[in-house]
Amino acid sequence: MFYREAGDFKTSYRDDQQTFPIPFDRWAVGVLLAFAFLVVPFIINEYWEKSVLLPFLVWSMAALGLNILTGYCGQVSLGTGGFMAVGAYASYKFTTAFPELNLFVIVILSGGVTAFVGILFGLPSLRIKGFYLAVATLAAQFFLVWLFNKVPWFYNYSASGMITAPARTMFGIEITGPSAPSWATYLFCLTVVVLFALVARNLTRGRVGRSWMAIRDMDIAAEIIGVAPLKAKLSAFAISSFYIGVAGALFFSVYLGAAEPTEAFGIDKSFLVLFMIIIGGLGSIMGSFIGAAFITLIPVLFKNIMVGGLGWPTDMVQHLIFMLLGGLIMFFLIVEPHGLAQLWRITKEKLRLWPFPH
Amino acid sequence: MSPAILNTIEVILNGLMAGVMYSLVALGFVLIFKASGIFNYAQGVFALFAALTLVGFQTGQIPFAHVINVVLGTEYHHWGEGLNNFIAIVLTMLVMVGLAWLVERLVLRHLVNQEQIILFMATIGLAFFMEGLGDLMWGANIKVLDIGIPSGGSFWWEDVTKTWAPAESDYYGMYIDVLDVWAAVVAIILVIALTLFSQFTKTGRALRAVADDHQAALTVGISLRTIWVIVWSIAGFVALVAGIMWGAKSGVQFSLSLIALKALPVLILGGFTSIPGAIIGGLIIGVGEKLFEYGIGPLIGGATENWFAYVLALFFLMFRPQGLFGDKIIERV
Amino acid sequence: MKLTKNTAKLTAAAMAAAMALSAGTASADLVFPSLSYRTGPYAPNGIPFADGYADYFTLLNERDGGIGGEPIKFIECETGYNTEKGVECYESTKGEGSLVYQPLSTGITYQLIPKATADGIPVHSMGYGRTSAANGKVFSHIFNYPGTYWDAASIIVNHINDQEGGDLKGKKIALVYHNSAYGKEPIRTLEELSKKHGYELSLLAVDHPGQEQKSQWLQIRRERPDYVMMWGWGVMNQVAIQEAVNIRFPMDKFIGVWWSASENDVIPAGDGANGYKAIAFHGVGDGFGVYDDLKKYVVEAGKAAGDGSNLGTVLYNRGMYAAMLASEAARTAQGIHGVTDITPSQMRDGMEALTLDQARMAELGLADFGPEINVSCENHGGPGLGAIQQWDAGSKTWALITEFGGADRGVVDALIAEDSAAFAAENSITPRDCS
Repeated sequence: MFYREAGDFKTSYRDDQQTFPIPFDRWAVGVLLAFAFLVVPFIINEYWEKSVLLPFLVWSMAALGLNILTGYCGQVSLGTGGFMAVGAYASYKFTTAFPELNLFVIVILSGGVTAFVGILFGLPSLRIKGFYLAVATLAAQFFLVWLFNKVPWFYNYSASGMITAPARTMFGIEITGPSAPSWATYLFCLTVVVLFALVARNLTRGRVGRSWMAIRDMDIAAEIIGVAPLKAKLSAFAISSFYIGVAGALFFSVYLGAAEPTEAFGIDKSFLVLFMIIIGGLGSIMGSFIGAAFITLIPVLFKNIMVGGLGWPTDMVQHLIFMLLGGLIMFFLIVEPHGLAQLWRITKEKLRLWPFPH
Repeated sequence: MSPAILNTIEVILNGLMAGVMYSLVALGFVLIFKASGIFNYAQGVFALFAALTLVGFQTGQIPFAHVINVVLGTEYHHWGEGLNNFIAIVLTMLVMVGLAWLVERLVLRHLVNQEQIILFMATIGLAFFMEGLGDLMWGANIKVLDIGIPSGGSFWWEDVTKTWAPAESDYYGMYIDVLDVWAAVVAIILVIALTLFSQFTKTGRALRAVADDHQAALTVGISLRTIWVIVWSIAGFVALVAGIMWGAKSGVQFSLSLIALKALPVLILGGFTSIPGAIIGGLIIGVGEKLFEYGIGPLIGGATENWFAYVLALFFLMFRPQGLFGDKIIERV
Repeated sequence: MKLTKNTAKLTAAAMAAAMALSAGTASADLVFPSLSYRTGPYAPNGIPFADGYADYFTLLNERDGGIGGEPIKFIECETGYNTEKGVECYESTKGEGSLVYQPLSTGITYQLIPKATADGIPVHSMGYGRTSAANGKVFSHIFNYPGTYWDAASIIVNHINDQEGGDLKGKKIALVYHNSAYGKEPIRTLEELSKKHGYELSLLAVDHPGQEQKSQWLQIRRERPDYVMMWGWGVMNQVAIQEAVNIRFPMDKFIGVWWSASENDVIPAGDGANGYKAIAFHGVGDGFGVYDDLKKYVVEAGKAAGDGSNLGTVLYNRGMYAAMLASEAARTAQGIHGVTDITPSQMRDGMEALTLDQARMAELGLADFGPEINVSCENHGGPGLGAIQQWDAGSKTWALITEFGGADRGVVDALIAEDSAAFAAENSITPRDCS
């Protein structure tokens, strides 16, 4: 009914290959983006900014990055936390060393630094595969966190090794720092994420993306038909790390404003992002967003209902949230192992035919 | 022998002992991976849950006391003085078997033939669930676990080794923790028992058959589901042993579930599918990280063990991408 | 991206509903939020603190009808010691008119230092967080009285100095520390002090979480330092004390910071832990008058936050002490501004003007519980006094074995000035004029 396709004929490859081939979808996404860009900034408050929208956007960015590596190129990585730390520390060093630099440039540069580190730790992927590769990335995770703890240069020789993001402006408006207005931080993150989601979408359906998917599906076969594994794997590591580095920079400088490697970028962050992409859907741009929303928003939602609404003791609620989250993860995997994005795809298929499924 | 050499030997010896402790955790992973191809992330949480349950039985705690009290407005905490060690361990084992059965029934059964990463993810969901459940059942406070295993440095060994160094060198003997020795003994018994079980019993043979080839095992009439329940129960038992040994050092608390992280490099080094691999991998990691921390650690600021274990595993993987004892990876187009 | 937004919308609707439900009582109460951590790896320490903090406010409500006649609204929010959850808790409670935050985790504290300052809400990081926040000229809204980590390090060194008869030349002191921002805090102070006293300092980092510390303790056994200090947290504490017992390190020469000083840390090690020392900034045990009231009005009335079994433990006392300091600051603020229904910025004035003498503490049923407190505009770190407490494994109790003593102010204050100046420069803060 909503997804009426009758009479919607594609007459060019361009039409056929577009991201949202159904007009209704295009409209809906357009309206939502317009809402996100034009309406939300006027109604946003600090609670929504810091507890809902910024975490969602930052984790979406990280999930996009990991999805490129794991979902599209098939290389399992558990080093996300470490790479986010690289992005965060790079942005800290850039902001404190060059106070005049535009924040957008800083974020991109931080991503670039992380991409370089990502290539270094991606080298073992040429030889090691599957779960065994996870070890290489875990080595990155633990080593990077250790490094940022140990080398005082990274935290400008402060006594404790905590880093704090100083206030920086863009077009005269504060984006980082404690008094940055909610709408500004939100719009900044939203712009970055939407921009890079588009880039990711186009990368993955282009030549590079196809070479990644060929490697994922079977690397030996891909090599035989002329895909260079070295190039494909390392480019996946580089681009994925770039995204994760950008996420780390946003996480530290815009969202939290202060960070410490052990807690903020620990291994649980690596697992968290992995959950997001598996729950959301491996090899799906939209899946990254759905997964990030699921993992970051469900606990907040349950907490608000159970503590705020029902008035239960906070510790009991926290335990119940853990159980519910675990239960939901298992439930969704049983219902649809290919993630929520796949579930959505199936729903869409059904909607196209509804109300006459036969 | 000069004290420097003796010190190095001491570090190696203690590395071996630490390695045994890692192997205890890694064993549980290997058992499950062999039989069902699942990388069971929840193994660490199993150890925590088993230890919590054991302490709960020992001290006579009422499960879910907190929830009951909140809902009914009562003040119940204990039902009595608790049980003796043996009965408590048997009861805990029954709980772990029940858990294995539930896991098979509610989760694994529905995920047959899925990709590894999906199964891995399901066990992460399970880990979340169990973390919440364990704390809700038994409370999040720290608990003392004591089933009478001696601990502390061995005087005897100190005296023996003291004589190895020249008298004027003021050497004071080598250190070894009695608890670690016990852990090593338990680990050896465990491995022998597992080997005997899998070689000489009917169920054991069925286990090996399933590990070799699921489909072939099915065709000769082995029930995959029963086997899975059995394997998960055995893994539950191994988790209990690991929980007891690690819990004796730190008390039973949430952090016990993090021991899984110590087992990961061991697994990867030894190969996911080999029980001897888990033991030898553990020993290599234990010795390697301790020696590195002893020799190079002080030069670069210490606390290197966490990442060095992985770097070491990575080094071995460069030469054998399937782990030291893992099944050879054969790829065909 | 469509579903995402839909989900977000649904979530939004549900959350709005949930928040509408919770925002029922927008009255003029004094709001005290508690960012507790009763779950996660540090829960064993978080539970008694949160119970003590909650119970004291309950007592004030039950016994006195609040502070200055104004009832207290106590909001608990679970952080699990996680910074992002802490941010969520802060944002969701600050709109209720929260008077002061007790963030409890290093990560949350550092995150709140700039944020709460911008929002004009005071933060009391009691004996944790950023040490240089003691400089009130730079950190206008952050308080860390009655003492800081650097005070603690210095007081421990003083205690060692006393034990050694005033001469530390050539003595070896080892620091076992959690390899994180928190654990690294005392290093600079100890290095400065070693220049002054001439002891030899060796640093032993333990990586998070710290379940395996064989290397570190073997090294201690080899080097045989005269004293070992510990800046540990979570499971690291229990394991370190157990390992120290195992290598038979003399426990009375093993001294922990106040976060490695609870019953939880020593009990798992059993009798071996007898004699373990730690620094404390408040009294131990339940031999204080206030406990009679707590038992009568809170525990027996069935209003206790916990099961009532942890009254008098170190961390319960600390939580209760924090609540007492907060309520006294609120009382001071009410006095200064002449209103009972104070705002967060008035609360800040109250904290800055807080004076607590022994007479007042006796009145509160806490005679000799802690040192006298004097907070001023320049000094947010309070008196910086600490005593040494020692564990008796037989009776399972702590006892204070020294008087409350002061830190080496010359060394510590210079470091505070240096670090806060660096922070001010990095964040372009002009220090306030306090004269």
